[in-house]
Amino acid sequence: MPKAKSAPKAAPATKAAAAKPVMAKTVAPKVAAGEELVFTRPASLADRATHYCPGCHHGIAHRMVAELLDEMDLAGRTVAASSIGCSVFLYNYIQVDTVESPHGRAPAVATGIKRARPDTFVFSYQGDGDLASIGMAEIMHAANRGERLTVVFVNNTVYGMTGGQMAPTTLIGQKTTTCPGGRCKDREGSPIRMAEIIAQLGGTAFCARGSLDSVKNIRQAKKYMRQAFEAQTRGLGFGFVELLSGCPTNWRLSPVAANKRITEEMIPYFPLGVYKELEGDATCGSLVSTGAMAGGAAGESK
Amino acid sequence: MAGKNERIFVKGNEAIAMGALDAGCRCFFGYPITPQNDIPEFMSKAMPEVGGEFVQAESELAAANMLLGAGACGVRAMTSSSSPGMSLKQEAISYMAGSEIPGVIVNMNRGGPGLGDIGPSQGDYFQSTRGGGHGDYRLLVLAPSSAQEAYDMTHKAFDLAYAFRSPVLILGDAIIGQMKEPIVRRAATLADPAEGKEWRLEGTAAGLKANQKPRAHRIIKSLFLMDGELAGQNMKLQAKYDAWKDLVEFETFEVKDAELVVVAFGSIGRIAKNAVRVLRKQGKKVGLFRPKTLYPFPEKALAKLAREGKRFLTIEHNLGQMVEDVRLSVRRDADSELFCVYPGNMPSPDDFVAPILRALGRK
Repeated sequence: MPKAKSAPKAAPATKAAAAKPVMAKTVAPKVAAGEELVFTRPASLADRATHYCPGCHHGIAHRMVAELLDEMDLAGRTVAASSIGCSVFLYNYIQVDTVESPHGRAPAVATGIKRARPDTFVFSYQGDGDLASIGMAEIMHAANRGERLTVVFVNNTVYGMTGGQMAPTTLIGQKTTTCPGGRCKDREGSPIRMAEIIAQLGGTAFCARGSLDSVKNIRQAKKYMRQAFEAQTRGLGFGFVELLSGCPTNWRLSPVAANKRITEEMIPYFPLGVYKELEGDATCGSLVSTGAMAGGAAGESK
Repeated sequence: MAGKNERIFVKGNEAIAMGALDAGCRCFFGYPITPQNDIPEFMSKAMPEVGGEFVQAESELAAANMLLGAGACGVRAMTSSSSPGMSLKQEAISYMAGSEIPGVIVNMNRGGPGLGDIGPSQGDYFQSTRGGGHGDYRLLVLAPSSAQEAYDMTHKAFDLAYAFRSPVLILGDAIIGQMKEPIVRRAATLADPAEGKEWRLEGTAAGLKANQKPRAHRIIKSLFLMDGELAGQNMKLQAKYDAWKDLVEFETFEVKDAELVVVAFGSIGRIAKNAVRVLRKQGKKVGLFRPKTLYPFPEKALAKLAREGKRFLTIEHNLGQMVEDVRLSVRRDADSELFCVYPGNMPSPDDFVAPILRALGRK
C-alpha cells in the first residue's frame, strides 16, 4: 500500500509513471511488399476473435477505451472493474489489470480499488441492466461521493447476455422477452435517463451522452470519453460517459437497421451532449477525511 | 495509543478495530448497524490518521464490494456488520471466495431471523461456517470470547486472509462487542509491501524500472465457463480448505478427568467456563471445550475425547446449530445433548449449572 507509511495524501508521481515503460502505441502486423497499413489495433486491445454478435457496438466501445488508455499513457497503471452482462469478458479484450464485480457493484468495487491504490487509473464498464437497475445505488453514491473513477455506461435498452429482457432503459413500446406486448409506461415505468441523473450529483465532474450509431457520433463519443477520463486524471471528480449502442440480436434487427433505430428512436429520447462539465482544478478534498472534520488541514486535495 | 504492555480498557468492538489497525489495515468500509457501530466510528478517525481510507458505504452490499476491490489490490482492508447486514454482504463474500480475494469481515451477531433484536446471539453459526453466500466455499471463522481475543484474532485474521487469499470472518456477538474489559495492544505493524505482489492488481507497469516492459495483465475473477474450468477452480479451493485443518484452535478446561464435556464457543463458551468452575468446586467431573476456530471445526480433538468415553453437552445462543458439528465429530463413540439460550437473554454461569448437572446425571 503506497500510503501505509504516512505518506503525503497527494501522490502525484507514481513509480509506474516515472518509469516510462516501453510500450508501442499500436501493434503493427507484418505488411507484404507493396501493401500499406492504414488501420491498426491499439496496443491495449487483445488480438483475438470477438465473442460479441455481428453488429454489436461493444467492440467499438472497447476499442475506444483501449485507444484512450494508450493515447493518455494510462494502460500501465489502470485497474478496471468489469461488470455482469455481455461485457463481463471485457478483460479478454482490454489488456489491463481487471477484477470482476458482482452484478451492479462495479462502482463500489472501483471505489475500493481507487481508495486502496489512489495512484491507479480506475474505470468500470457497465451495461444498462447492471448500472441502471441492480446497480442504481452503487452508481449514484460513487458519483455523489465524487470518487475519482470513470464509468463507461453502454446503453442498448436490453439485457443482452440473458437473451433480451426488458431493461430500465427499454423504450416505451419496445418489445422484449419480458415485455412481449411492448413496454408500457403505466405498468413498467419510463426508461431511465442516466446521464441526466448523474449530472445532478455533486461529485460528478464530467457527464455526457454519446452514441455509436454513426462515424460522426463515434468521434464525438470518443471526445466525451476522453473528458470522462480526464475528470479522473485531473482529480476533478467522477467521470461518466453514456454510449447509446445497438444490440441487433436482441432487437431482432439487422446491424444497419439497429443503427437506424438508435438514430431515429433512441437519440430523441436520450439526447446527446454534455450534461455536466466541471472546470478548473481539484479544490475540495472530498475523498479525504483528514480534513476539517478531524481537526487537520482542511481542503487537502487529492 | 497505549505504551508497551500497557493495559487499556476498551469495548470488544474497539478491540477489533485496534487489532485491525495494528495489523496494518489501511482501508475500512462500513455501514451503521447495532451492535457493531463502535468499529466504523473508531475507524473513521483511525484510518485517516495513518494515511488510510474510511468509507461509509451506501449499503452493506456496497461496503463488502469495496472490500472486494481493495482486497484485489492487495491492500489490507476490513468491513464489519451485524446479522441483517451480513446477509447483504454474502454476495461479495461469495465472489471473494471464488476469485480468491483476501479481506477481513466482522460479524457482531445479533438476534434473528429478519430484523430480530439487537441483543447477543449465535444464530449466524450456520451462515458463518457453511460459507454463507451461494456456491461451494468456506470461510475461515474465528470466534473470540473476550476483548483480548477479539484484538488478537482480528490481528491474526489479516495474516491468514493474505496467506490463503481468502476472506476471513470474525464471529462475535453483542456481548463481546459491547463489553468493556482490559486488553494489551501489540506494536503496530505495517503490511509487508510485497504482500500479494504475485497476484495483486496495481497496473501492469507498477514498480517497473526504466526500459522494463509491462507484465501481462492480471484478471481476478470467479467466472469459469469452459468445460472443467470451474471444477478445477473449486478443487483448488477445496485443497486450500483442507490445508486449513492445521489452523484449528480450541481451548480446553478441566477436561482430563471430566465425565461430561461442555462444548460452547464465543461469549457463551466463556460463561460456560465459569459454570464449570462452579461445578468443579462442588467436585463434579465436568470440563469445557471451546472451539476458537469454528471453521475449521476441531473435530479431531472432540472425536478423541469421545473415544475416551466422555459425554457431551453443547450450549449455544441459538436453537441448535453448532451441536450438529459436535455430533458429527463425536458420532462414532458418543452423542451430544443440547442446551439452548433463547434470544433476548444474557445468561449467567448460574443459568448453566442446572442443565450441566442434568446432563451429568443422565447416563
